[in-house]
Amino acid sequence: MSTTTTDLQDEIDEIEGSHDSHDDHHHGPEKGLMRWVKTTNHKDIGTLYIWFAFSMLLIGGAMAMVIRAELFMPGIQLVDPNFFNQMTTLHGLIMVFGAIMPAFVGLANWQIPLMIGAKDMALPRMNNWSFWILPFAGMMLISTLFMEGGGPAFGWTFYAPLSTTFAPDSTDFFIFAVHMLGFSSIMGAINVIATIMNMRAPDMKYMDMPLFVWTWLITAFLLIAAMPVLAGAVTMMLTDRNFGTSFFDAAGGGDPVMFQHIFWFFGHPEVYIMILPAFGVVSQIIPTFARKPLFGYSSMVYATASIALLSFVVWAHHMFLTGMPIAGQLYFMYATIMISVPTGVKVFNWVTTMWRGSMTFETPMLWAVAFVILFTIGGFSGLMLGIAPADIQYHDTYFVVAHFHYVLVTGALFSIIAAVFYWLPKWCGNMYNERLAKIHFWWAVISVNVLFFPQHFLGLAGMPRRIPDYSLQFADFNMISSIGGFAFGASFILLTYIIVDCIRNGKPVKEDRVWDSAKGLEWTVATPAPYHTFDTPPSKKVILEESSHIGEH
Amino acid sequence: MSQQKQTITKAFWVKLFLVPLGMFAFAFALVPLYDTFCDITGLNGRTSSSSYEGQPIEVDETRTITIDFLAATAPGFPVKFYPMTTKMKVVPGKLYTINYYAENRSNEVIVGQAVPSVAPGEAASHLKKLECFCFNNQKFEPKQPIEMPVRFFVDSEIGKEVYNITLSYNFVKVKNTATEGVAGL
Repeated sequence: MSTTTTDLQDEIDEIEGSHDSHDDHHHGPEKGLMRWVKTTNHKDIGTLYIWFAFSMLLIGGAMAMVIRAELFMPGIQLVDPNFFNQMTTLHGLIMVFGAIMPAFVGLANWQIPLMIGAKDMALPRMNNWSFWILPFAGMMLISTLFMEGGGPAFGWTFYAPLSTTFAPDSTDFFIFAVHMLGFSSIMGAINVIATIMNMRAPDMKYMDMPLFVWTWLITAFLLIAAMPVLAGAVTMMLTDRNFGTSFFDAAGGGDPVMFQHIFWFFGHPEVYIMILPAFGVVSQIIPTFARKPLFGYSSMVYATASIALLSFVVWAHHMFLTGMPIAGQLYFMYATIMISVPTGVKVFNWVTTMWRGSMTFETPMLWAVAFVILFTIGGFSGLMLGIAPADIQYHDTYFVVAHFHYVLVTGALFSIIAAVFYWLPKWCGNMYNERLAKIHFWWAVISVNVLFFPQHFLGLAGMPRRIPDYSLQFADFNMISSIGGFAFGASFILLTYIIVDCIRNGKPVKEDRVWDSAKGLEWTVATPAPYHTFDTPPSKKVILEESSHIGEH
Repeated sequence: MSQQKQTITKAFWVKLFLVPLGMFAFAFALVPLYDTFCDITGLNGRTSSSSYEGQPIEVDETRTITIDFLAATAPGFPVKFYPMTTKMKVVPGKLYTINYYAENRSNEVIVGQAVPSVAPGEAASHLKKLECFCFNNQKFEPKQPIEMPVRFFVDSEIGKEVYNITLSYNFVKVKNTATEGVAGL
């Protein structure tokens, strides 16, 4: 109730131009469950996003366990092939749209207003709406598993005509779920753009913004440009399936290959949507624990922007095998490999930031360093896949699976875990158990490599992806990979314990600046972060002091 | 405080919301764009469904090209359909005729349309058809067998790197028997 009144009050204030009454009505959150349903507070919504993403991560992870259990040995042991296909499909969809993307939006909600000295997001009520769409979309997606004919089983890329002519009836629910997820992320992105462009502290220039804010601003533009194209693709699927159109049906003059063009026109920017905020997180953490300003701040900004622009002109490198003239193959190959230039700039900047720094290895730093190393491995296998003639061999093998799990698990997911450990003490006011967190880190980082590294070898040897059975020569590496998979999966039980233990019984943190050498406006507010922050914007002096790239001024 | 709450102009919101709306429209604009692009470039094996009416082109006796003929039918199209010649060597510029065989296995009248496709895409614009069952709808009486000729040549301007061409036809049922040919092909 009180939240709504506040917002009304805000608007009345705005209309009347009177702000006098404003400063004194500080209040905490509403009591009870309705707080979470009705909240318009960016911190509450950030928390909701992150818990939602975490629960989706566990569900998607459980599906991965089914996949790895079936692949433990050759032959069909546990699940029938159709269910296996539903597992790979939903695992991919849930992890991409349910776990990684909402987790980053959650981090954005918590951190962006704190980092730019704003009171809240620009559109608090739309913020509430874009979160609360998600649980329904997620439930609808998962519910397809229990429908007659089973859930979608055509892979997360849902190529037509597999997803149109030959798909189960539940596909229409899948389409609607994708529409809702897309709607939610477009609204989230609009909110982020409006917040960053309009709500920054008056004295904060664009080039004073922390890199997490910069990368999210660019990501948000990618989102509003790419997600509507996905919405268009699934809408065409919907009308092809139900209303007699023939967008992807050759019998009516359509073309199934066009589906792939439209899908990847969305799909390639999408992979950068999932990795650019990760770059931002790592660029915040490494300077803190290397005790040096970030090396090459402005080159980081320009590199991020160039990656974003290039991401729209390389989509057909996912389609080298659909038949393409040699000129097309060359163009998409060169354009793809060109992305490694700005990405390389970033990796070298992180390494240079650490160079001769006074480094300590608290848990967030461990995850960030692991990110730099393992994401780079994923980048290298991406380069291999970008080479058109070589891709003929690698296409649709486990090499591709290994590649995108290196960039998405040890890349995006690791950065999210790093971010949570980095900012959790500020959020809840308690310190996590450093010893347990380190044990968890080493457990996870070793098992994730046991899980995914052998998949490179399997792919190079020719094991196809998305198949529940395999020839005997693939048996050993699959067993190793599955053992790594079970160990990595189990590590999340410990992670859950560490997080819950930190929130409930963690040692209270006294300092506002939780990490002694951390820079950024978020460390100038009290610990734990009060429900309302930056009622008065930070001064120019504070902003300049807290720009971690201050060395460049 | 007064500095904090900056008003966001209406124009800003309009611009911001127009981007996703425009991109949604763009997804649909990709459909005609893709069609036009493929028709012009012959990308994706898009080949002409109308008769070649240009001048005869000079014969290039110095090389031969192998052509494979394929046939497929859409699901639920009860016609037996296959090429009577599956492979032949051709000299660029010379005219050839081969036959496809089709037989209606059902007891109903069926109207179908064959959709041609050429691989590799570079060859699509160089394979010229003078006569083809794909130019029009084909009507099959119940249990009727037909032999359908394709008269074609490969023009001698085709790139030297192409030495093998595949011509395939996919026979599909025509939804509305009144239409001539298939829209957009």
